[in-house]
Amino acid sequence: MVDPAKPGQINRPALALHVPEPKYRPGDTADFSHIDIGTPGDQPRPDESAHPSEMGGLAYGLVRVLGDDHQAHGPWNPRLSPDTLRAMLGHMALVRAFDERMFRGQRQGKTSFYMKCTGEEATSIAPAMALASDDMVFPSYRQQGILIARGYPLIDMINQIYSNKADKLKGRQLPIMYSSREHSFFSISGNLATQCPQAVGWAMASAAKGDSRIAATWVGEGSTAEGDFHAACTFAAVYNAPVILNVVNNQWAISSFSGFAGAERTTFAARGLGYGIAALRVDGNDALACYAAAEWAANRARGNHGPTMIEYFTYRAEGHSTSDDPSGYRSAQEREEWPLGDPVSRLKKHLIAIGEWDEERHAAMDLECAERVKATTKEAEKNGILGHGLHHPFHTMFEDVYEELPWHLEEQAEQAIRERITKFGTERPFG
Amino acid sequence: MIEEPASLGDAVVAERRLNMIEAINEALDIMLTRDPDVIIMGEDVGYFGGVFRATAGLQAKHGKNRVFDTPISECGIIGAAVGMGAYGLRPVPEIQFADYIYPGLDQLISEAARLRYRSAGDYIAPLTVRSPFGGGIFGGQTHSQSPEALFTHVAGLKTVIPATPYDAKGLLISAIEDNDPVIFFEPKRIYNGPFTGFYDKPVEPWKKHPDSVVPEGYYKIPLGKARHVREGEALTVIAYGTMVHVAQAVCEAKGVDADILDLRTLVPLDIKAIEASVEKTGRVLIVHEATRTSGFGAELSALVTERCFYHLEAPIERVTGFDTPYPHSLEWAYFPGPVRIGEAIDKLLKD
Repeated sequence: MVDPAKPGQINRPALALHVPEPKYRPGDTADFSHIDIGTPGDQPRPDESAHPSEMGGLAYGLVRVLGDDHQAHGPWNPRLSPDTLRAMLGHMALVRAFDERMFRGQRQGKTSFYMKCTGEEATSIAPAMALASDDMVFPSYRQQGILIARGYPLIDMINQIYSNKADKLKGRQLPIMYSSREHSFFSISGNLATQCPQAVGWAMASAAKGDSRIAATWVGEGSTAEGDFHAACTFAAVYNAPVILNVVNNQWAISSFSGFAGAERTTFAARGLGYGIAALRVDGNDALACYAAAEWAANRARGNHGPTMIEYFTYRAEGHSTSDDPSGYRSAQEREEWPLGDPVSRLKKHLIAIGEWDEERHAAMDLECAERVKATTKEAEKNGILGHGLHHPFHTMFEDVYEELPWHLEEQAEQAIRERITKFGTERPFG
Repeated sequence: MIEEPASLGDAVVAERRLNMIEAINEALDIMLTRDPDVIIMGEDVGYFGGVFRATAGLQAKHGKNRVFDTPISECGIIGAAVGMGAYGLRPVPEIQFADYIYPGLDQLISEAARLRYRSAGDYIAPLTVRSPFGGGIFGGQTHSQSPEALFTHVAGLKTVIPATPYDAKGLLISAIEDNDPVIFFEPKRIYNGPFTGFYDKPVEPWKKHPDSVVPEGYYKIPLGKARHVREGEALTVIAYGTMVHVAQAVCEAKGVDADILDLRTLVPLDIKAIEASVEKTGRVLIVHEATRTSGFGAELSALVTERCFYHLEAPIERVTGFDTPYPHSLEWAYFPGPVRIGEAIDKLLKD
């Protein structure tokens, strides 16, 4: 027996454990020149029916369309109309304004929690626009851009964030865990990556029924370590499911950099290749590239050519959530030094470069977005804010656990209502 | 409302007798035929028809889009089933052994069970997860477990356990039609015959049991209603699955006039049937094969104490498996058989 207290007692080299470490910590000078971002327009665009083995290079390169000259380049240029580009820019600006306001609302005590998607707007808005409006999406928690792109009412989002009496989810869910069947938007879980096999199952059902709708799911690079992600990949490959598996690689999972999900060894898109799934690695801050990749994958799925994994290579410009402080674990310079810039600014400059936009209109749009969000917030606040009043009748706490209340929940509901009367009398608490 | 067919004792048509596997297979066949949204998936359930043959012939009859094999990934099976339910299907996934269900727990507990609630009814998860459970077949620790209490502890799940072929068919049809996720545990020791616990005696086939008479066609047994196995005055036996038959055999062997309840559904529980019986007998024996600590028997015992305390004439007795993994060679020493049940009955009746 080897005595573990005496390493090296036998003639074998000592093993060493590798614990990944990000390149930069607080106070460090961030330098991303080691990241190979390739050249816009350089990546080939294979046929949408291509076998994954014929396009393996796309899992390691970076599909880019927008160049430093702000023009669209190469075969991945989706050739969108100026109207579509302006709509895309408008959605991105609105999401940014919304995030600013909701973040502030949390700081003002109007709700418990919020999550911004700053810097990642293109990874949800562009794919949502490339999909059909009735394609089913299974988002993670940072895809508010999908709801904005699909025209979900802002006031319903805010009511949900405030868990107020108009909240369609009856105040049951943590802020931003939206659900809208009407918008083909699946209920957000909060347990990470569970949505991946669900999206595959939905896509399998659609295929089994001979439907034409496809499914798409979003997952962070950190949660690709969950077993659910790998179960999803296996099922998607085995059944040739019409599904798009979007991996948003924003470099950070709370304080853990992408190395803790395996990024030191290979790309996330390359995970797809191992399953025999077509894989694309895309500049996630280039809205045109994001749109083109999603459009390619959607066409592939609709043509019964199977699933696609898309890695959106981007950067989480803000904290994980209102409960996070990134200055405690990463260099404050990273955001500015990120080599792929800001998605809103890049799309704006493209529109200006092609003569379809200008600074004045952009400033006016930003102002309009801010005003719209502000006015809608005021409207939502009339329905109440979190913690100021128990907004929902106590009986609703027991509804929807099952389709019908069994006897034990009826008894517990009676108890809750008795407790309410004991504490507040027959009046509504806090009005 | 749900209606049961007339009492089987009145049946004058030629008796058709099925074992539990055949009854389950028939329920699945009927539901695949009646509802185009029902699909069956699981490890080995397709062409081969399942390791216990519960899905035999169903793929050939209903096609590969309705009945198909899956990768060995319980997380994937349940996760995909949740997505299929969101689409509008009514999936009936099989988990090959209850002991294998744990990789799918997050998808069951955090997803299927919570979906209706968290989405305020936007989405539902009308799954029926079938899985053989329990020991008595020399399955060792990974083919013998009874994890039902893990699921009864989860708000949003229903847990159903049949004890006869007649019930297996009617309860499974109810479970599949139910719009909530149902865990349907099949006591595999009694797939082929109603085991009495006397493992050293010859096995009886279902054919000799009255509840192996299974009507053809569609019928259902409502969830949440217990079966009154036997009327009696001396004590109440609360059991489910295999242990219904074991407890009944021990009572018969000892000549005890027991009032025996087969719960059939653990959640929602038929509390009225329990209360009525305890108020009549004043003595309660709870029997399950699962481990003792925090087992479903603890919940039953607490409910009886809370609701029927002044009717009790003796402390409640729980007879269960021991708090150990299911041992292979010592299976019958672990199993809560006639000796353990007999001692508990003697204690209950001694005053």
